[in-house]
Amino acid sequence: MKVTVDGVPTVARPGQTVAAALIERGQTSWRDTRIGGRPRGLFCGIGVCFDCLVVVNGVPDVRACQRVLADGDEIRTQRGAEL
Amino acid sequence: MVVGAGPAGLAAARAAAEAGARVRLIDSAPSAGGQFFRGRPDVPPVHPKVEHLADSAVWHLESVHNGHTVRVRTGPADAPVRRGVTLHADALILATGAYDRALPFPGWDLPGVVTAGGAQAMAKGHGVAVGRRVIIAGTGPFLLPVATSLAGTGATVVEVLEANGPAGWLRAPRALLAGAGRLGELAGYAKALAAQRIPYRTRRTVIAAHGTGRVEAVTTAALDNGWRIRPGTERRIAVDAVCVGYGFTPQLELAVAAGCRLRDGFVEVDAAQATSTPGVFAAGELTGIGGAKLAAAEGTVAGTAAAASVEVPRAALRAVRQGRIFADGLAAAHPIQDGWRTWLTDDTLVCRCEEVTLAGLCDALDRHRALGVRTLKLTSRVGLGPCQGRVCGRNAAELAAGHTGGHYDPADTARRPIAAPVRLGELAEEETVEEMNGQA
Repeated sequence: MKVTVDGVPTVARPGQTVAAALIERGQTSWRDTRIGGRPRGLFCGIGVCFDCLVVVNGVPDVRACQRVLADGDEIRTQRGAEL
Repeated sequence: MVVGAGPAGLAAARAAAEAGARVRLIDSAPSAGGQFFRGRPDVPPVHPKVEHLADSAVWHLESVHNGHTVRVRTGPADAPVRRGVTLHADALILATGAYDRALPFPGWDLPGVVTAGGAQAMAKGHGVAVGRRVIIAGTGPFLLPVATSLAGTGATVVEVLEANGPAGWLRAPRALLAGAGRLGELAGYAKALAAQRIPYRTRRTVIAAHGTGRVEAVTTAALDNGWRIRPGTERRIAVDAVCVGYGFTPQLELAVAAGCRLRDGFVEVDAAQATSTPGVFAAGELTGIGGAKLAAAEGTVAGTAAAASVEVPRAALRAVRQGRIFADGLAAAHPIQDGWRTWLTDDTLVCRCEEVTLAGLCDALDRHRALGVRTLKLTSRVGLGPCQGRVCGRNAAELAAGHTGGHYDPADTARRPIAAPVRLGELAEEETVEEMNGQA
């Protein structure tokens, strides 16, 4: 299964969440906060904390730990509050 | 209708179906099992007569005169293309589970600091380790299986730190007897830790995480009985991931929306798992933290009672009684002590979403005389972000109480009429409405 992360082609396994694929490729953060610009990545890992928000196929505020990747998904780092 | 397909919800759906009810089981994950059965081959199958709505988030619940209405979005998590449906049932079983409590400390918002449950979900569900050199800290027996799972994915677990002392169980001899089976399971994890030479230290924890852009090291320290730091015991350790877990917080918002009475932060239930709201039952961690076996027993009782046609099986009732004694012992052996409030510095974030620091929280308390949870939220913005106080609610309430001496009920932070985020575009869509009259 092929997806892209910030434009870079990446291989992912079916059933893998966005967070699992990002961590597996060594990435620990994929968002920065809207006030302090601090980096964030996985925290609760079970859909509760909303720290791991990421842009998927142009749609922001998707929980990376909950979204299961689909072939061709374009994953992008989220900068602050994106509308 | 059963909400949550973990051990409690699966057992409840099965029991209700076997008692002749028409059952829908709603769960946000793509497959049933919840956090406990994630990645395990022994997940019980959904009963063939149960209609399982996977990938389905309940975002609103309303009790109406003849039952309960829930609004659901089905589809990929947080996607705008989800399908909306409004479902009605005359009996409702809530089995929404719990999530890790994380206590704040300087640097806890650095990437690489995760909850123990998050690390477990990555390891068990995806075979992915959250780091290569990992430290685990917190309190409670859950830290042990997390350590063995992480080691199983190839990570080096530097050490496991239990903030409480080792003698907690001696205060609960009845619980020891009631939980003989569970203790054997825990002994198995302890043995696995020893075999892999993972140190397990008590009365110690992680009090700070350090790094630029991500965690690179932690400071650990010994704690006194009240969890204040023992000066001079600090040690700096290089790690690339930190897992923290200080017990669990029940996922309360649907129970609160249904008007269920709470007791000590959990949903109050009777012997039939009925809540104070007629027609609403609760099972599993929502009623007290007791593990998968107790959750399943409670689910069986709740499912049978909700179907209201046959007698509740005695074996399940007995399992619930035994399990609760063990759960009480567990809680008594792993309390959260107030001293954690001294780990924070002025610039430590309390609310991760709204980036409210301890100084910001105290300022709102002093300047605006925020003497209740609602005022505290509105003046400091704590708990107003996307997680809606799930992570910071209890911590903020306890910090506020420590600062002003007032009473801040943590349950007040669980009032979330919108139980899961929905996009404005989704709200504007037309929905189908389905009735389940005369059915559970």
